[in-house]
Amino acid sequence: MIEKLSKLFRVRVERLGTTVIDGIEGLGNISLYTSRFFYWAFRRPYRNKLLFEQLFFIGNKSILIILLAGMFTGMVFATQTYFGFKLINVDSLVGAIVAIAMAKELAPVLTGLIVAGRAGSAMAAQIGSMKVTEQIDALEVMGINSIQYLAVPRIIAGTIAVPMLSVVFLFIGNVGSYLVGTKTLMIDESMYYSKLSEFMYVADLWQGIIKAGVFGFVISVIGTYFGFQVEKGAVGVGRGTNLAVIWGMISVLILDYFLTTFLVKIL
Amino acid sequence: MLTFENPAISFKNVTKKFGDHVILQDLNFDIPRNKIVTILGFSGAGKSTLLKHILGILHPTSGTVTVLGRELETLTKEELRDFRRNFGMLFQYAALFDSFTAEENVAFPLREFTQLSEEEIMKKVHDLLISVGIKEESFQKLPSELSGGMRKRVGLARGLALSPDIMLYDEPTTGLDPITTKMVNNLIVETATQHQGREMTSVIISHDVKATLEISDYIAFLDRGKIIEYLPVGEFKNSQNPLVQEFLRL
Repeated sequence: MIEKLSKLFRVRVERLGTTVIDGIEGLGNISLYTSRFFYWAFRRPYRNKLLFEQLFFIGNKSILIILLAGMFTGMVFATQTYFGFKLINVDSLVGAIVAIAMAKELAPVLTGLIVAGRAGSAMAAQIGSMKVTEQIDALEVMGINSIQYLAVPRIIAGTIAVPMLSVVFLFIGNVGSYLVGTKTLMIDESMYYSKLSEFMYVADLWQGIIKAGVFGFVISVIGTYFGFQVEKGAVGVGRGTNLAVIWGMISVLILDYFLTTFLVKIL
Repeated sequence: MLTFENPAISFKNVTKKFGDHVILQDLNFDIPRNKIVTILGFSGAGKSTLLKHILGILHPTSGTVTVLGRELETLTKEELRDFRRNFGMLFQYAALFDSFTAEENVAFPLREFTQLSEEEIMKKVHDLLISVGIKEESFQKLPSELSGGMRKRVGLARGLALSPDIMLYDEPTTGLDPITTKMVNNLIVETATQHQGREMTSVIISHDVKATLEISDYIAFLDRGKIIEYLPVGEFKNSQNPLVQEFLRL
């Protein structure tokens, strides 16, 4: 009995050890990959056409979902805040609270999660399917670095597009909040504006934009990294895509805490 | 073992290990210029690893690989990248870029590595596509709209775009029907002998014995990382090596 328990314990500890080692190895690999990105990002040829294609793909093609998510997030948040604040007679602060929360947290985080789900997965799937069909080998044989050709435009585009989408999310979210607050919940329009301008600072906007930039970078690094890691055909592409979404989203949420802690001190 | 004056590719005491696992074992052989040489062998014999050594994607654990007079291990990464433009390659499944049309696939290396005008590029692309038997109505088709044989033709045209000195073929006839196989074989021979009015060194990695015997000048048989037979095709057919005999009977 004791022997069995001891064996079971040993197996569990070994598994835990393997998971930890794999995790550290994975972090090391992704760090190495990121350093390769920086090495190739500043070397000619600069592929502006590919960069604009990726900007269009990540930015323009995500705009509808960002508009919908932003509008309804602003509307719901304004409604929930109103009923809470009304109890203590500070319902005129709804506009300001929604705007600050959207600027600092909701816009960058929700935009990051949406982009991780949409563009991060697409990056992993595109690069992964190129890998299993030897298209990446074909690039390398031609003397073209695959990281420079495939990863650099996507990562730069992600870093530029996510802050832009986050600003759109913030704007439309505030439009939703304003419409619900002043037209449905009948908050006085002038009070709504005056409290908004009293409590909202430019630093709040910057905090969100910086966060969104970091999220865009990390999501794109993770999306492209898992694309290059794909092996074993279509099953591997599915697995890589799945990992890109999961780790992209988890990274956004974890990084959000650390960035908030850091940015509140400097802004 | 065969040796040649001024070979296109030369392996000298090449051993490749991954950890304790020996993939290539003390290889010593030359690939002559302007001939078709096939590396034949069972799956897992080390053929793909050997091909990656020719391209400089992998480096030997010991020994040297010399291509067109340049020792690959001495080249920097940038030099190696430039040097690879001496190669054209036809992949097993053509490896065409799936978001590009046939025309764009062939134009790709020309746009990347030459200073030709768009008009000159298009003229060359059309000439190349026609030379491999692609009709004009297929120029704008995506790889997914092309048959397996047509994809191979486009892949060959792309490989030839920069007029390489060495053309590499990775399992060029695998998965093709007999008629398409014959067509691909004819293209390989035509390319090796007539492309732009000159001969070209061709290296084929294959396990298709029948096709190999039809088109090769020399055949090397690779088994568990060793070249166990390397002969002109006529002599190879009569090899007394039991493994080669077994392979020829398949």
